[in-house]
Amino acid sequence: MASGEEKTEVARSQVPVKGSKVELVVVLLRFIAFFATLSATLVMALNKQTKTITVATIGTVPVRATLTAKFHHTPAFVYFVIANGNASLHNLLMLVVTFMGAKCNFKRLAPLAIPILDLMNVSILSGGASAAVFMGQLGRNGNSHARWNKICDKFESFCDRSGGAMIASFIGLMLMIIICSLSIIKTLRNNHNSDKLVPNSSVVP
Amino acid sequence: MSLSKRIPVFLLRLLALGASVSATVVMVTSRDSAEVFNMKFDAKYTNSPTFKYFALINAIASGYTLILLFFPSKSSCGHFILVLDLIIALLLDSSISACLAIGQVGKNGNSHAGWLPICGQVPKFCNHVTGALVAGFVAAVVYFLILLYTLHNVMNLFTFNG
Repeated sequence: MASGEEKTEVARSQVPVKGSKVELVVVLLRFIAFFATLSATLVMALNKQTKTITVATIGTVPVRATLTAKFHHTPAFVYFVIANGNASLHNLLMLVVTFMGAKCNFKRLAPLAIPILDLMNVSILSGGASAAVFMGQLGRNGNSHARWNKICDKFESFCDRSGGAMIASFIGLMLMIIICSLSIIKTLRNNHNSDKLVPNSSVVP
Repeated sequence: MSLSKRIPVFLLRLLALGASVSATVVMVTSRDSAEVFNMKFDAKYTNSPTFKYFALINAIASGYTLILLFFPSKSSCGHFILVLDLIIALLLDSSISACLAIGQVGKNGNSHAGWLPICGQVPKFCNHVTGALVAGFVAAVVYFLILLYTLHNVMNLFTFNG
């Protein structure tokens, strides 16, 4: 038993095994996904535009009203900000665990928590991104059947900024789907390897 | 896979099939019309691209589940089916989320954008769509459970020895 563990430790510290390339790719993708979701959160959270428009004219005096467009007027954008913040926090946590967790020996259910957490965050992120996209589509085109006017012709920079945030969020979503599949495959491979060697194996996300 | 592992997945897939089929059917058959101030309101599911997307994704999910119900479970395709399950679960999740966002605007309106709620004028359409959304939500949750269960089977959970 002890010699088997030593063999595992030696193999992991010396020659880069085939699995370490996958780990490197996952770490790189997590970095990019973290920055993508973080930028989406920040851009949408600081999204605000104020515009003064003439509502009516009394005689020669125009009546002006100040209208503001903020992200928290729409529940879809609020969910978008929360989902992206959650995803960026998750990626940050996984990066920290990757770099600090090589010393810790994860046993029992801990190696399984990473694919499951990845799955949950991917689901939440996809829900947030798609809700914001459809709400943005409604704001850009309006809905003539429901008599809802479009708002993007008045608040162009608000719409453009939220569009940019959505693009960043979708890039993060695609990367997180790839990361999720890779971490599931890696956990499967570790599981099959550990069945052959020793039951006690340390797994690095 | 042994029978004791296949039966829960089969039952879950049956439930998901029922939920997604009913979501599609209820959404497609939702229709109402009303006349307010000589303006004719005709509400169909095709008026909103979100509802069209919802009906499409649920139709795809029900077809996929139907095919998988009659699929013999071999371990060689297990990983491929896992990836497909993940994709379908994500699509269902995104469609229900988008429809809930649009439905919330339809029910409560948005005073900041000047959008009036339409549920007062076409209540039958609103209730129909609400039923379809409930079925779609059940389908999304059940698909997530199927995904977790497939992971459990493929990874042989609880054989990690501490």
